[in-house]
Amino acid sequence: MQPLLKSHAAADRLELSAEGSWTAVHAGELEKLVEPVLREPAAQRPAVIDMAQVRELDTFGAWLIERLFRRFAEGGPEPRLVGVPDHFRGLLDEVRHTNRRPPAARNPENPLLVAVEHLGRRTAEVGEDFLSLVAMFGEMGLAFGRAFLRPQIFTSLVHHLDRVAWQAVPIVLLITFLIGGIIAQQGIFHFRKFGAEDYVVDLVGILVLREIGVLLVAIMVAGRSGSSYTAELGSMKMREEIDALRTMGLDPVEILILPRVLALVCALPILTFLGSMSALIGGGFVAWLYGGMAPEIFIERLREAISIDHFEVGIIKAPFMALVIGAVAASEGLKVKGSAESLGLQTTNSVVKSIFYVIVLDGVFAIFFASIGM
Amino acid sequence: MAAPDQEPVIRVRDLVVGFGERDVLDHLSLDVRRGEILGVVGASGSGKSVLLRTIIGLIPKRHGTIEIFGIDLDAAPPQQVRSIGRRCGILFQQGALFSSLTALQNVQYPMREFLDASEELMTDVALAKLEMVGLTREDADKFPSELSGGMTKRVALARALALDPEIVFLDEPTSGLDPISAEDFDLLIRTLQQTLGLTVYMNTHDLHTLHSVCDRIAALADGKVVAVGDMDVMHACEHPWVQAYFGGTRARDVAHEPAPAAT
Repeated sequence: MQPLLKSHAAADRLELSAEGSWTAVHAGELEKLVEPVLREPAAQRPAVIDMAQVRELDTFGAWLIERLFRRFAEGGPEPRLVGVPDHFRGLLDEVRHTNRRPPAARNPENPLLVAVEHLGRRTAEVGEDFLSLVAMFGEMGLAFGRAFLRPQIFTSLVHHLDRVAWQAVPIVLLITFLIGGIIAQQGIFHFRKFGAEDYVVDLVGILVLREIGVLLVAIMVAGRSGSSYTAELGSMKMREEIDALRTMGLDPVEILILPRVLALVCALPILTFLGSMSALIGGGFVAWLYGGMAPEIFIERLREAISIDHFEVGIIKAPFMALVIGAVAASEGLKVKGSAESLGLQTTNSVVKSIFYVIVLDGVFAIFFASIGM
Repeated sequence: MAAPDQEPVIRVRDLVVGFGERDVLDHLSLDVRRGEILGVVGASGSGKSVLLRTIIGLIPKRHGTIEIFGIDLDAAPPQQVRSIGRRCGILFQQGALFSSLTALQNVQYPMREFLDASEELMTDVALAKLEMVGLTREDADKFPSELSGGMTKRVALARALALDPEIVFLDEPTSGLDPISAEDFDLLIRTLQQTLGLTVYMNTHDLHTLHSVCDRIAALADGKVVAVGDMDVMHACEHPWVQAYFGGTRARDVAHEPAPAAT
């Protein structure tokens, strides 16, 4: 039933009569009815609001009536509500008591100051982040020492190895195979211009073993396992599971984080090895199909092109990258606060930061290996 | 207390709900009358929550019919089911507040989705509702993670009432609250039920709540409603679980306690 608000100006007073359904469903129409009355200049004559014809009333309707009431009350003498049906009286009385206190005044903020403050806070956060990462390394070191006294925690290492190593094998093999193939195809295509197609073997071999293999696998692991570590630890933090462990006198770093990080440290070299082999096979496959180089020749040239040094340079980096990915994932997970949004934010941060650190670490290793002549 | 008229707003007939091999609810029938507060009791795992979640459509049923406002939910077009959803408010056991929105935004959320009203009106009404459930203006800007257990339940109740529903489903409204907060909450439910003319369907373990606010009680055991009626009916019931529940020492303590007004 349509709501109505009829106004009738009598000589000595303003009469308003409300009719129909003053309910949430009609909220939009009700506002349009009430709005013009609110905007009128305050009349000095008393107002009377007649509610006898109101069929339905809920909090929305009651609040709009109350708004009218307060508007008239501030402009002149106290208005009167007449013909209020008994079953609406309780609701109207209830609404009368609400929203009495004005909202706390907010100081307008200077956008420039806000920006400067934001910048300052973010800068401080970068420092704090780094500190928390270093602290995480320290705690893991301590926990690692203690773990030898309680070796039973290593049982969960097996479970985590299954998740981050064994179950990751198919996707790692597939992606590295494709990347190896793509590098070989690009190499053949461009080297062909000056008749140096054969050097594609050097390109694929050295690039994959030294850099691409480990980097690609580390990035995949950061996205696949680092993110899940952060989400797991974060939701455990939200559900107070971590607090529960602490109160039992157990160290969450030792129980939850150490097995996960150790699993990563074991898994990444294995995955890097498998991934590098798969990339070489992918490269050889493309060289055969696209470049017309027989597999025997590819293997023969590969043997000449690479040395064990190249392989070592790649594989040595893997456990260090795993340690960084694990530590970032764990420290971000423990930063999660109460909301679902913060869980998402920390998971994103975990992946972005661990990929960043992996690349920085790769650069540091490149300088190191160059200076020792490997 | 307004005398509830006899017309059922929720009519459950011959309902069977199960998971895997086991039927949790076994040919259950129940009526909820307009304007009453119905308390549903049962042992843990007896299917109270399953019944509530089936009525509001979160769990599929195997057999039987559920009518809300006389409309069979299976036969009704989706549009109509949606509009029935709007006329029901639900308070989940853990509150289920949206963790990335403030208390105020949580209450405004259903309004924003369903109503054609201005921002100002929605804010005013949402604040009024928060105040009606006993929260202050300062609490309105807090996030769910900053609220205590009792405050979370209050905000959740305000959100359940956001669209001025006709039926409110409460799943264990006073669980996890201290006795004083629980009593306040009972009183609040009673007051709101009277001012807003609500029908309340409530799962509860709280004997206090059953005594002080419920018009009728339905006892659930063995997948069926074994007794429905007021306290006298419960005491007269022969079923061993109902006997144990209402005849236990805790129940007798509550029954013999002097009424709060008399102290």
